[in-house]
Amino acid sequence: MEHHAEVLLGHRWRYRKLAWQDPVAILLVLATVILLGSGARQMVGPFVTAHQPEISLSPVVLPGYALRTTLRMLAALAASLIFTFTYATLAAKSRRAEMVLIPLLDVLQSVPILGYLSFTVVFFVSLFPGSVLGPELAAIFAIFTSQAWNMAFSFYQGLRTVPTDLDEASRSFRFSGWQRFWRLEVPFAMPGLIWNTMMSMSGGWFFVVASEAISVGDLQIALPGIGSYVALAIQQRDLAAVGFAIIAMTVTIVIYDQLLFRPLVAWGDKFRFEQTVTQTPPRSWLLDLFRSSRLLSILAARIGKGVHIILQVRLGAPEALRRLRRWSPPQRPVDLAWFALILGVVVYAFFDLVQFVAPTLGWADVTIAVSNGALTLLRVVVLIVLATIIWVPVGVAVGLRPQLAEKIQPLAQFLAAFPANLLFPVAVVLIVRFDLDPRVWLSPLMILGTQWYILFNVIAGASAFPGDFREAAASFRIRGWRWWRDVMLPGIFPYYVTGAITASGGAWNASIVSEAVSWGPTKLNGSGLGAYIAQMTEAGDYPRIALGIAVMSVVVIAMNRLLWRPLYAFAERRTRLE
Amino acid sequence: MRMTTVTTADPPLIELRKVCKAFAKPSGEPLTVLADIDLSLAEGEIVGLLGRSGSGKSTLLRIAGGLIKPTSGEVLYRAAPLTGPAEGIAVVFQTFALFPWLTVLENVEAGLNALGLPREETRRRALSAIDLIGLDGFQSAYPRELSGGMRQRVGFARAIVIHPIVLLMDEPFSALDVLTAETLRTDFLDLWIGKHLPTRSVLLVTHNIEEAVQMCDRVLVLASNPGRIAAQVPVRLHHPRNRLDPAFHSIVDELYSTLTSRAVEGITALSQAHGGLVQPLPLVSTNRIAGLVEALASPPYEGRANLGGIARSLGFGVDDIFPIAEALHIMEFAELEDGAIKLTAAGRVFAESATQERKQLFSEHLLRFVPLAAHIRQVLEEREGHRAPRVRFESELEDHLNRAETEKTLRAVIGWGRYAELFAYDGRTRSFALPGSPREQ
Repeated sequence: MEHHAEVLLGHRWRYRKLAWQDPVAILLVLATVILLGSGARQMVGPFVTAHQPEISLSPVVLPGYALRTTLRMLAALAASLIFTFTYATLAAKSRRAEMVLIPLLDVLQSVPILGYLSFTVVFFVSLFPGSVLGPELAAIFAIFTSQAWNMAFSFYQGLRTVPTDLDEASRSFRFSGWQRFWRLEVPFAMPGLIWNTMMSMSGGWFFVVASEAISVGDLQIALPGIGSYVALAIQQRDLAAVGFAIIAMTVTIVIYDQLLFRPLVAWGDKFRFEQTVTQTPPRSWLLDLFRSSRLLSILAARIGKGVHIILQVRLGAPEALRRLRRWSPPQRPVDLAWFALILGVVVYAFFDLVQFVAPTLGWADVTIAVSNGALTLLRVVVLIVLATIIWVPVGVAVGLRPQLAEKIQPLAQFLAAFPANLLFPVAVVLIVRFDLDPRVWLSPLMILGTQWYILFNVIAGASAFPGDFREAAASFRIRGWRWWRDVMLPGIFPYYVTGAITASGGAWNASIVSEAVSWGPTKLNGSGLGAYIAQMTEAGDYPRIALGIAVMSVVVIAMNRLLWRPLYAFAERRTRLE
Repeated sequence: MRMTTVTTADPPLIELRKVCKAFAKPSGEPLTVLADIDLSLAEGEIVGLLGRSGSGKSTLLRIAGGLIKPTSGEVLYRAAPLTGPAEGIAVVFQTFALFPWLTVLENVEAGLNALGLPREETRRRALSAIDLIGLDGFQSAYPRELSGGMRQRVGFARAIVIHPIVLLMDEPFSALDVLTAETLRTDFLDLWIGKHLPTRSVLLVTHNIEEAVQMCDRVLVLASNPGRIAAQVPVRLHHPRNRLDPAFHSIVDELYSTLTSRAVEGITALSQAHGGLVQPLPLVSTNRIAGLVEALASPPYEGRANLGGIARSLGFGVDDIFPIAEALHIMEFAELEDGAIKLTAAGRVFAESATQERKQLFSEHLLRFVPLAAHIRQVLEEREGHRAPRVRFESELEDHLNRAETEKTLRAVIGWGRYAELFAYDGRTRSFALPGSPREQ
């Protein structure tokens, strides 16, 4: 459930009102997940848990664990890229596919991934009985579900907003479909894709911890990795081990940032569409190294040549078909058939769901889930308000001082990438020590990891604030509250909204792991929808997991549609001088 | 020197027969942007398509290039029907349309991608096009590192490299500053006249009259609403053409007067239809209106000017001067006639008045000659609370105008109404109010 800035930024944002597609899409997602899970559960009966290596708490194993965790992340990233290129392309190219795929994606973005976990784990484990491949694939899939949606969304937005003149140029040069994809569409969508990949990676870290040590009902799985290490450390109340894990995670994040994302960002700068030269183009020592090394650049040139030839192949639909497709008006009968098909699937999904859920769920369950949802909603709202009160002034203060901003900005971005759930045990220890009410004091954990989005977006906004506005304000001696109200707040508002959307989405996601936490035998339950879903997952109660996910999806989507998007549109309208 | 007469023996390279193009309006009914266009491009000529913005000239160019399909009519390329972008037709774009992620060399090579040539051949042809167009030394630069003029040279090189038989140019110089545009134009003409280009015919879309006269062998004038060819003016001057030559001037003036009479016709026709309410208004600020009145009233014009002359002296193109002139004509501060503009008595008074009197006069003329302004004012007076939402007028206009025209017309009338203090408009609530009504502050 990542509501990413890039997706929401500026012209890429296509304002859409709450429409019939949303409930339909929610329904479809739920039905599919339940179908997969319940089908698999029947198969899992005779399943004997695979031989699992023991997890060790010795710090010596940590580098190896970190590597395995990172590999899982990268495998999931590769899967996400493949998914992005196919799913988003299909949605962008076919009007009929778009009608179904995009609302579906919107819902998938909003469904908490821990919700999938319980269903998919049993599915994958039963696919490869007795082999460690099953749990591995399940973990990778869980990470994939935290990464793929926003990448696909940004790519789709990119494909849909290819500038008309470049589109016409490619057509007038008669690029084939394949050439067009790699020459025009992928490069154009690249900056958004890179940015969202980085965001996805951060989101993935958060859930890697949850996906390596899984317990669904009777099924207990622990894959060697940092996540299992932390889980074991919590179980054994080993605070030192938690500390080691935090250090290992920090080092890992710094390393992959330097080795993967810095070079990627520096290389991706050439895909920026703006026709201006940046003041300080992003740089990477690794990329500089590669570019200045003779041997490596010869090698790179060779590879580049090969790739070039592949990308230039004139693959494409036969000319006759293409002409037909391009100039044929939409055919009503085909549309009607398509609608009928969608309707059929929806009706089937609905009855399937009712059949699955009806015997066990009553209205009392719905009331419980909704009231829990209200509690979590209250928490999210209060926390966003608190984070705003704290970080907006700090962000403005930092952003207006360029030298300081240069140092703080990477730090804020690092903190946003750091999986905050590693710090949860520390919080639990404190709450137990001082005998605090978990319903209040567990709440801040929800926003621990995502508040930084508000900070670094506000810093970015304040840094970009035009100097002449500030000077004008100073020369008219606008100070104090008026300065905030009339000068600064309107200036950073769009940036703030972007950050707040991401922070709020992340907080919902985090609620599943932060509303109910444990430290050894000590269990703290803050109640709320996240705790509800976590509890039901542990109990393997599928109908109630589904109910919890459904309530959360509805609340999150409603919040996006009714609050964030209108706010964003407002920010766009009001703060533009045109 | 070049033969400028149209030879009739060879079949035309591109021929459009009875081409129409319509888009769907929000209401669903078709909006015709091009009606009954006959056009042919013969071997060895540069044909200019001259028209104001919104006359459909760029659409026409895209139809000729196979990028847009006409609603009806035929497009023939070398005597065969054109069904899509074809080999041998290249387009140069107003916005250059370069791929920002490719270097100059790669951008030029991109033009050859679809031909499936061997790599060495591609490289050789790209380098020779770069050389021809004067881009040597810039091969490895990215477009964002180049100036506008250099970027458009890349646009030309990319078009030339495919050895096009027909070159379609969509306002290729209009995004450039005056000096750069002139350099690129003369460089292109040198290549064309020296027969260094493989191209055999050029279609040039422009809104710059002097550019059309400087470059083209004949100029087709497009009239708007719907776009149709209103006149054809041959240019039989020798290259290089001298802008100070009286013959050059007389063609420029001829084109101006063709455009003027089209403009006047348009205003008259639309002010009679639907009580004048749905007349599209030119979006010009009152500052420009006042500025042109003052310029006209002062020497050397003394109340009457040749449009071409005054545009030149103000550094205005067709798209700058015509909207202002039309606004003056609509409000009867001046009269457009035969390529000239003449202040009316009211116009002279306006020029000599101070701010408050000007506003008063402007307000009277606005009420009298712009039915939409009078209508808005009347609605506001009749309504309780003296407020009316914008959408009310929007929907009235959209029955007859397309969305862009509606938007433009409303913005124009809002600007004029605010200046005249006839009504106020609140952009946040998107509503009109009488000035000084309680909620207007």
